[in-house]
Amino acid sequence: MGSPSEVGAPSKRIGVQWPGWVIVGIVLSILPFILEKGFSPYYLFLAIKVLVYALFAVSFNLVLGYGGMMSLGHAAFFGISAYTCSLLLVKTSCPAILAMFAGPFAAALAGMVAAFFSVRVQGAFYFATITIAFSQIAYTVAYKWRNFTFGDDGIQGIPVPALISTEATYINMYFFALAVTVICIYVVWRIVKSPYGLLLRALKGDPVRATFIGMRGDRYRFIAFTVSALFAGVAGVLYAFLETSVAPDVLSWTSSGEVLLMSVLGGMTLFLGPAVGAAIMILLSALVTSYIKYWPFTMGTILVLIVLFCPKGVGGLVFDKYKGLAKGA
Amino acid sequence: MAVLEVKGLTKSFGGVRAVAGVNLEVSQGQFHSIIGPNGAGKSTLFNLICGYYRCDKGSVVFKGEEITGYRPERIIKMGMGRSFQVTKIFPRLTVFENVQAAVLFSAGHGLNFFSDSKRLVLGRTEEVLSMVGLGDRSDETSGVLSAGDRKRLELGITLASNPELLLLDEPTCGMSPVETNETIELIQRVSSEKSLTVLFTEHKMDMVFRVASYITVMNFGTVIAAGHPADVRANVRVQECYFGRENDASRC
Repeated sequence: MGSPSEVGAPSKRIGVQWPGWVIVGIVLSILPFILEKGFSPYYLFLAIKVLVYALFAVSFNLVLGYGGMMSLGHAAFFGISAYTCSLLLVKTSCPAILAMFAGPFAAALAGMVAAFFSVRVQGAFYFATITIAFSQIAYTVAYKWRNFTFGDDGIQGIPVPALISTEATYINMYFFALAVTVICIYVVWRIVKSPYGLLLRALKGDPVRATFIGMRGDRYRFIAFTVSALFAGVAGVLYAFLETSVAPDVLSWTSSGEVLLMSVLGGMTLFLGPAVGAAIMILLSALVTSYIKYWPFTMGTILVLIVLFCPKGVGGLVFDKYKGLAKGA
Repeated sequence: MAVLEVKGLTKSFGGVRAVAGVNLEVSQGQFHSIIGPNGAGKSTLFNLICGYYRCDKGSVVFKGEEITGYRPERIIKMGMGRSFQVTKIFPRLTVFENVQAAVLFSAGHGLNFFSDSKRLVLGRTEEVLSMVGLGDRSDETSGVLSAGDRKRLELGITLASNPELLLLDEPTCGMSPVETNETIELIQRVSSEKSLTVLFTEHKMDMVFRVASYITVMNFGTVIAAGHPADVRANVRVQECYFGRENDASRC
């Protein structure tokens, strides 16, 4: 997948060489067996959840870190996809494979609509306001339109395809989620490293200069937003399969806030920073909530510390240390 | 032949007529300077020409095509390049990437999603960088460059898309006399190599009168004089606008 190099000011490339990736591959392949046999299926469940949110956060960061758009409504795309896929499976005889693709497709369409209205807006504050308004529309539909969406009961007992069913074991689901996540993150990586990706970063840095090299900035933002919604949608489908239930909460603005926090926590200036943030948030939340009930308080405290003392996020901190070591060697 | 023709261009902001019926003709290969006191309307005129502002009245013709009301991106694609008084670069990108972004876009790679940008248009990017004298600074983050180097980089970004007409808004603003000379020499050298037409605004009079081939003087949104440097220097209205009228002192 190449190296996680910085969004902002890429210094010398610090590549993770192929032996490194082989080791990562081996660890990820034996991890589910160790977790499920050695510890408990719950840990494997958490590992899959990390994968799902890693994909969500990385695709979200295409908009935030690379596009410079402060979207506060990204959970809408994650949720619209999860709902579309689940409703098709529960209410129709739609084949699972089709439902799996229908979810992200619906998310991308919703992304286009939201992007159409939001990308031309100047200023982070107004952008955030418009995106939050869009996500609240989606939330309200899911919450209030009981006949169609089952309201606040949510959708229970989603018939997950037998191949990746989690009734007996999470292992198949793990490998499915791993494959989908790796492929999608790789595609986002290629986009980020492409000429389009470079121009998107340029646009973020100075929109006026971008106009005066001939770019239509709103079009570039529109594409980034739509692609991001598409992959957030893929994560949404994985979520529905993992949980086998979906509730309106996935669409709420607090869910959008969570993915934003993951990006900030992990470091939005690094390609894989948001994935690191997702892992930390999910594992920490599981750990903290098993002892005390003050998870939001804990998370808030951590976030304040991160923003004050480590604005590049945990990923950025590690990256800088690694860079220091590489230089010293 | 006139590369750029401006006729009766007018723009008001509220009650202020920033540009009031300006006529201007820039012919092929000219090193044309627009001078005038602060607030004379030079920058507004630039913004009107390149489509950044919409004019209230008048027309702009570029290479024989009327471009009044075109979006800036379209005008840029037709072969106009512009730099800003307050330098505009892509601060988080490296020096190399700044120029590369512009080269990639003008080479039609804007919507290329899957090629590795690290392998594309490297030669052309290096050529532009060495043209503006930043060849050995490629890897530096552009945001930390000195004011003079930022101006050079901006010129590089502008040149990257192969413009025929350069609009430079105070290209030596904030530079020391040494840097000013270097930059002007650079612009002169590049524009003669590439046979570019240059339209620039300036405040440094001695420099303008030394290097410009044609000078337009603006004050209060209108053109008060235009011609070759020697004619403009001798023009009474220009002298008045810069030094005051001859009897001003005696009237006090």
